Amino acid sequence: MTEAILSTVDLTRRFGGLVAVSKVSVDLRVGEVHAVIGPNGAGKTTLTNLLSGDLAPTSGEIRYAGADLAGLPSHRISRMGIGRSYQKTNIFLPFSVFENCRLAAQSRTPHAWRAFSRAPGFRDINRQAEAAMEAAGLARRRDRVAATLSHGEQRQLEIAMCLATSPRVLLLDEPLAGMGPHESQRMVELIKQLSEGHAIMLIEHDMDAVFAVAHRLTVMVNGEVIESGTPAEVRNSPAVQLAYLGGEDNLHG
Amino acid sequence: MHAHGRMLNAILIAAVVALAAFPLAGSTFYTQLITKIMIMAIFAMSLDLLVGYTGLVSFGHAAFFGLAGYALALMVPKYEAASLWWTLPAAMAACAAFALVTGALVLRTRGIFFIMVTLAFAQMLFFVFHDTKFGGGSDGIYIYNKPHLKLGETALLDLEKLDHFYYLVLVLLVAVYLVLRRILGSTFGHALVGIKVNEHRMRALGFPAFRYKLAAYVISGALAGMSGYLAAVQFGFVNPEIISWHQSGAVLMMVILGGMGTLYGPAIGAFAFVMMQELFSNQAWFGAYAKHWQLAMGVTIILVALYLPQGLSGLLQKFGRRKEAAEAEHD
Ligand SMILES: Nc1ncnc2c1ncn2[C@@H]1O[C@H](COP(=O)(O)OP(=O)(O)OP(=O)(O)O)[C@@H](O)[C@H]1O
Ligand SMILES: [Mg+2]
Repeated sequence: MTEAILSTVDLTRRFGGLVAVSKVSVDLRVGEVHAVIGPNGAGKTTLTNLLSGDLAPTSGEIRYAGADLAGLPSHRISRMGIGRSYQKTNIFLPFSVFENCRLAAQSRTPHAWRAFSRAPGFRDINRQAEAAMEAAGLARRRDRVAATLSHGEQRQLEIAMCLATSPRVLLLDEPLAGMGPHESQRMVELIKQLSEGHAIMLIEHDMDAVFAVAHRLTVMVNGEVIESGTPAEVRNSPAVQLAYLGGEDNLHG
Repeated sequence: MHAHGRMLNAILIAAVVALAAFPLAGSTFYTQLITKIMIMAIFAMSLDLLVGYTGLVSFGHAAFFGLAGYALALMVPKYEAASLWWTLPAAMAACAAFALVTGALVLRTRGIFFIMVTLAFAQMLFFVFHDTKFGGGSDGIYIYNKPHLKLGETALLDLEKLDHFYYLVLVLLVAVYLVLRRILGSTFGHALVGIKVNEHRMRALGFPAFRYKLAAYVISGALAGMSGYLAAVQFGFVNPEIISWHQSGAVLMMVILGGMGTLYGPAIGAFAFVMMQELFSNQAWFGAYAKHWQLAMGVTIILVALYLPQGLSGLLQKFGRRKEAAEAEHD
């Protein structure tokens, strides 16, 4: 097995008395999709926020490429190659689809500070933005204002922006939520493709999609990991069966 | 969009030509008035970089305006003129330094707190000059000699002459507009607007938002300093009033009146604001009511806020779009 590129050790985050993420240890590997599943309020988004630097952990470590990321601001973490998408669409509504992706791509360049070179003039940035739109299936919507997109398309844009930053690690928080069956199918294919050269953490409620792409699964309930392993191991775990009491068909699609 | 951009450029060029021709026809009074308006336009455009493009509503922008004025007053020797070549950059550098230090603090706050803290810094500066000897107290300081502008031994301009000063201000106004426009079209400028729209996402994308905002704050402060310097040259004295919150409020109103986030809008706003001030305080027209010009001004600003949310420049844009639509029909 290849070495983990990103791993957490006893990662914990409290909100007052609530322990949203409790001693969670997960490993992400390049070439793997690691799905994190669990009921509403399990702490999946909070875990993502800790990894992306949107929130600082209360305790625990985040190891990535020889460094401890815990407590670093999100812009530093992003620049180290960890990209994320948001469960609640978080885009630049007044901008065009292209400008949303162009800004994302711009963040990667050493020229970001040039105050006198025209923004649309950087060919490599533009190409990266176009490629991300293409991959997420938004090429046709290039010049549309993001606010006028359908909900599903905004979800696609969310992914496109993440891709435009060319991350090595992708943290995808419910990328399929709100997408139609056609776009969902496309996104599942995209995630499969991306898993080749990336380490992916996928949070998803759609079990068909999860079992179609995941190499590894972690199940969270009330902030804790109750099971982690291959899809087959997790499917047959009594603890998971119990946690999903009555929701067994969930797991079997 | 492109048709709109071309039309805007045409209008702006026409406006500059008209301004360039004005002193040939206008009286001394109006030449001075337009000079003052152009200075305020630079001031308002510098604030637009913060309010309209970066989403930072500063209520203390007069701090830079006043600081540069005082910097000039303290730099000129009492009985001779100083060179504009170094006093202007020095005054702007003082403002940039002040912006860098205060910005590092105020930019850690947000929303209403940002408004309060920028105001607080301006008030502190107000009292520094108001309550100390070296700032001349509430009377301020006179600038007996206007700066000279020489190349070698030959004087390029004589700033004692109204029209010479007028053209200097016009050239600087155009230069500031072009520089700001260039900055806003750059990757840096696009990042600022991204921060205004969704700072959280910008940070998640890898932009160090704080540094971008600080850079914008410093540029804005330095340009506001330019306008404050010019105002001090024009009036020949500085007093604490130029740092007061009235002044910070006035420039904010110019930006909103003209339409924030357009650059030329705040320039139009400066024009409208100063003209209204002149109009409503005109005794010949308003008689006894002229004393209460602020009341008429307030009503006008409320009406603009209600019916022209994009300010006066919104009218121009509406007109531009209608024309564009008409052209499209012809095609
Ligand atoms: N900023 C916050 N402040 C206080 N409590 C929070 C905050 N963010 C999350 N929580 C709480 O932490 C718990 C975990 O929330 P989280 O959003 O991580 O769950 P989730 O697994 O992503 O759920 P879902 O499937 O609904 O997206 C919830 O009880 C939530 O109310
Ligand atoms: Mg969630």
